[in-house]
Order: sequence, then structure tokens, then C-alpha cells
Amino acid sequence: MSTNVENGTAGHVTVTPAAHRAIAALCAAHGGPVMFVQSGGCCDGSDPMCFPGGEFALGTGDMLVGVVHGCTFHMDADLYEALGRPLFVLDVEPGTPGGFSLAAGDGLRFVTRVKAPREQAS
Amino acid sequence: MKYDPPGRPGSPVDVAPRYENFIGGKWQAPTTGQYSPNLCPATAKPICEIPKSGPQDIELALDAAHSAQEAWGEASTAQRAAVLNKVADAIDAHREELAVAESWENGKPVRETLAADIPLAADHFRYFAAAIRAEESSITEIDKDLIAYHFHEPLGVVGQIIPFNFPLLMAAWKLAPALAAGNATVLKPASPTPWSILKLMEVVGDILPPGVLNVVNGPGAEIGKALATNKRIAKVAFTGETTTGRLIMQYAAQNIIPVTLELGGKSPNIFFNDVAAADDDFLDKAVEGLVLYAFNKGEVCTAPSRALIQEDIYEEFMARCLERIRAIKQGDPLDTETMIGPQVSKQQVEKIASYVEIGLKEGAELLVGGHRPTIGGEFANGYFYEPTVLKGHNRMRVFQEEIFGPVLSVTTFKDEAEALEIANDTLYGLGAGVWSRDTGRTYRMGRAIKAGRVWTNCYHQYPAGAAFGGYKVSGIGRETHKMMLDHYSQTKNLLVSYGTKPLGLF
Repeated sequence: MSTNVENGTAGHVTVTPAAHRAIAALCAAHGGPVMFVQSGGCCDGSDPMCFPGGEFALGTGDMLVGVVHGCTFHMDADLYEALGRPLFVLDVEPGTPGGFSLAAGDGLRFVTRVKAPREQAS
Repeated sequence: MKYDPPGRPGSPVDVAPRYENFIGGKWQAPTTGQYSPNLCPATAKPICEIPKSGPQDIELALDAAHSAQEAWGEASTAQRAAVLNKVADAIDAHREELAVAESWENGKPVRETLAADIPLAADHFRYFAAAIRAEESSITEIDKDLIAYHFHEPLGVVGQIIPFNFPLLMAAWKLAPALAAGNATVLKPASPTPWSILKLMEVVGDILPPGVLNVVNGPGAEIGKALATNKRIAKVAFTGETTTGRLIMQYAAQNIIPVTLELGGKSPNIFFNDVAAADDDFLDKAVEGLVLYAFNKGEVCTAPSRALIQEDIYEEFMARCLERIRAIKQGDPLDTETMIGPQVSKQQVEKIASYVEIGLKEGAELLVGGHRPTIGGEFANGYFYEPTVLKGHNRMRVFQEEIFGPVLSVTTFKDEAEALEIANDTLYGLGAGVWSRDTGRTYRMGRAIKAGRVWTNCYHQYPAGAAFGGYKVSGIGRETHKMMLDHYSQTKNLLVSYGTKPLGLF
């Protein structure tokens, strides 16, 4: 199991104040940190999935994109490359979480907003 | 014609204010006592309330399934096939009702549900009714006195998790082979589309022995996990995205059970220059083949979301396609003239809008669409997005990530080698399309593209009898083919000696 931090990747995810509040509430409810895994493909693809800490078994092909308020944010390294090493902003919005993801509060879900390359360059 | 929305006078569909889980052949309230509103994506208004079940409801469903499975598994294949054929007949007899319910809940145009989703669901039950009757066990004569008998036995009770894009058809894809092979099942519909499957249960619930098919609705983190981790299931089948797919495999590894996974794609649709060699029906078919990216508003795992067009016909061919795209009628999903309805949820339509924005910021050129259309009246708040085409190159994010909406990313190629390179430059390998009048070329391309299904001079056809499934991260296993019976069966080998002499070792 690996949570490699590649050079320059840590810090590639930031959170909005609303996401920060949701993470704090989840950590309190679960008695410890939660974890995020950026998904891809099909119905709920590109959703950030939120699980109790350690729930999702990480492999050598996964990378640690960043750490947000003590919670790790992971992604398949090939997907990260295919998407052009995006900068993620973790936010919450009304809606039902995809897959087996924890909700970000009652009637809320986590979402990643992505800064496009030109924004990143500037 | 226009159908009246479910629940209104004149509609073919009745709506109760609240629905329950279908467990053990009965409607059972969730043990949580909680319900969620189920929204219509065309109006953003509630259709009905759906159970917000908890893990205890999964246990009740598994109790019912286990009490029913043995008798169902021991029923003759003729008896099981007769039940599946009755299910198919009931679906056909309620085609309009189910089609309208499916359209209203999912947003897909009723012309598609009437012509494809519902008839294909019925056909799927008939296909597996036939396949199980024709299934044979095998005998191998190891030597003159030693015979290996191979019997198919049901796995037992299986868990099936259904996506939101084809709620009834994907359920049929998973249910028909599982039930044909003698299994009982606990099925979890997708959170955005829990209702049409309950309407299906109203239609077919009495046909199946109680407990053979159970439906539980609720949050994935609660009941999806409770089902997938449960030690009382013998297999999990899932259609959805990669992270949940991996999690399901992880849970299956802990219980040492098999999985079938179908996990999405970014399918290339390749048009060689000879499609434009004549202005004929074939060229017209190819133009429609490109526009099929908007089928089911692009909410298809195999959506042909990357169009690769040979550069010397690009201008002429794309002009024809754009003309066809501009003629797409968008609006009320219950109008049979409508070609594209709303996306399934607010979050999906917002995601699509953000991808188009990302594409434009990456430097893609907007050829058509790119906005949320204004559709008035009762649909003013619906989750509509215009059919959109972005021109760019394959390294852009909009060429690599599945958008799951009516957004086509188009690029050009010089020759066959470059077409193949672009086609395979993706993490996914679910579907692909190849269009050419040169059958040698279509064959070479079809064999070289790393995808489970290569539509050749067609697209988006899903007949039972043609195996469907993914290469690469698009999944494991196949559906819509009789080989699914193997995915839902154990192999029992009886190794029988008819000789009388001892081995002589002891």
C-alpha cells in the first residue's frame, strides 16, 4: 500500500470554507479523519468520493494529491496524468452523493471544481 | 403525440405519494421509517417519496432471498424459463406505462424508451429464457472408467447495483441471467432513479416467486456498502464509476466472491474519408452515427464522445453533422417528437457546464451548443443542456474524462495509424465505432482498438446475443450474452470412477 507524495503534487487540492465545515463535521462524527478518492468514468465519474479513513484500499498506482484539514485526497496516478495534472478545489453543493460516498451533510455532496490549465498558469 | 405526466388525468402511469421496498414479494416500509423525495429532472419537482433504507433492510431482503433461492434454483429450467417469458410478456403489455415512467424519472425522451429501453428489457428476459433451456452440462471421458461430469449450479443469492442512465434496461441485463441461472437477487437501484424499477415490480412482482427478486432503495454509503460487504451474497454486479468499482472489488476480495463490473468509457467514433465517397444512404447513416453522441442525452457509458474524422473530409462531413445536430428537438421528454430531454439531475447538468467551460479554457473551439437552453413553461427549471460539440485535440481534458452528457469532442486524423493511436490513447476501453466502406480497414481497426465492443458501420445497438463489456479500466466480465450464465453459475464437477480395481498405492 502506498501513499506516495510525488514532488509538486501535494497541495494540488484546496477546500472552500463550506467543504472545510463539512469535513470537520464528518471527522467529528467518525471519530477521526475521512479520506477522499477522485473518481472517473460513467455515471458518477469525476466525483470526489468520501469514505471513512482507511476504507478505500490504496494501491501503488494511486497518488496522494494533497491533504485537506488532516484528510488525505487520492487519485489514480494515470487518471491524474490523463487529466493534465489538474488543480482541485473541494466544495460542497446540494445533491445526493455518488456511489458509496459519504454525504457532506444532510442533502449535500462533495464536488471537485477544477481550475483549467490557463488559470493554473496565471 | 404527448403523453400526460405520471399522476395526471389521462396519463398511462399512476403515482402513489410514497413507495416502499419490495422484499419477499411484498411492499415493506424501510426499518428506518425515513423517505426521500424523488425528483423529475424535466421539472425539478417531486414525483413521489422513496425509502431511505438502512443496512437492516438489506438484511431483511437477504433473509427473503435466501429463503427463496433453493426452491428457485431447483426449479426445472423449463419452469424458470416460463417465468422469465411471463416477465417479458408483462413488460410488453405495459410498454407505454413503463416507458412513460422511465422517461419522466430519468429525463430520456419517450421515443427512446418506447422503441429501445422497454422492448429491449423484455427481449432480454426472453433471450435468457431461451439460453437457459438450451444450456447443457458436459461430460468428459477421462478414460474408459473415469468420467468427469460438469454441472452448472446457481451461485446462490447475488447483489446487483444498477446505474441511473438505463434504470430498467440495466436492471434487465443483470436480472435476466441471474434469475435464469437459478439465483435469487437483492437489487439496489441508483439514487437518482429509484422509482421506475418499483413500477416494474408492480408489473412483474406477482409473476416471480416471493423473495427471488428484492429491491431496496437508499443511500449508497449505507445500503450499497451493506450489500456489497455482506457475507451472505455470492457475487456482486455493478455498473458505475471506477472508484466504487474498485471498492466493490475490495469488498469482494474480503469475502472471496466474484464481481462483474462495467465502469465507463471515453469511446472513439472513427470516420474514414471513404464514408463521403458518395452522397447516399450510407453517408446519411454515418452522419447519424456521429450525432448518436446525444442519444440518451449522452448519459451512456459507451457514448461515442470522441469523434475522430479523417482530415480531408472534415469540413464537408462536419458541416452535415452540425446541420443534423442543430435540428435536434429538445424539451418535454414525454413528447414523441422530442429527441433530447433533460440530464438526470442538477448535479449532472452543472458538471456538464463546468466541463464545457474547462474545454473552452483549454482552447477548444465551440462548434455548436455550449449553453443551458431556455425551455419555458413547466420545464423552465428542468436540467437541460444543449447538444454541444467542441473541436480540439486528444490531450485535452474534455477528450480524456467522461463527461456523461451531450458533449462531443471532435478532432481529425491523417491516416489509419494515427486514428488507431488516438483511439487507444485513453484509460478506458468500453466501446468504439468505425465507419468505412472498406471492410478490410474496418476489420483491422476493429481488431486493433482496445475496447470490448467495436460497432462497425453502426453505433448504440444493444441486442441480446452480442457480448458487451470493457477492456482496461472499463471493467471486468461481459453482459448481454449467454456467457453471462457462466458469470452467475458455479461449476460442479463429479469425477466418477466406474472401475472396480484399487489404485494399488496402499
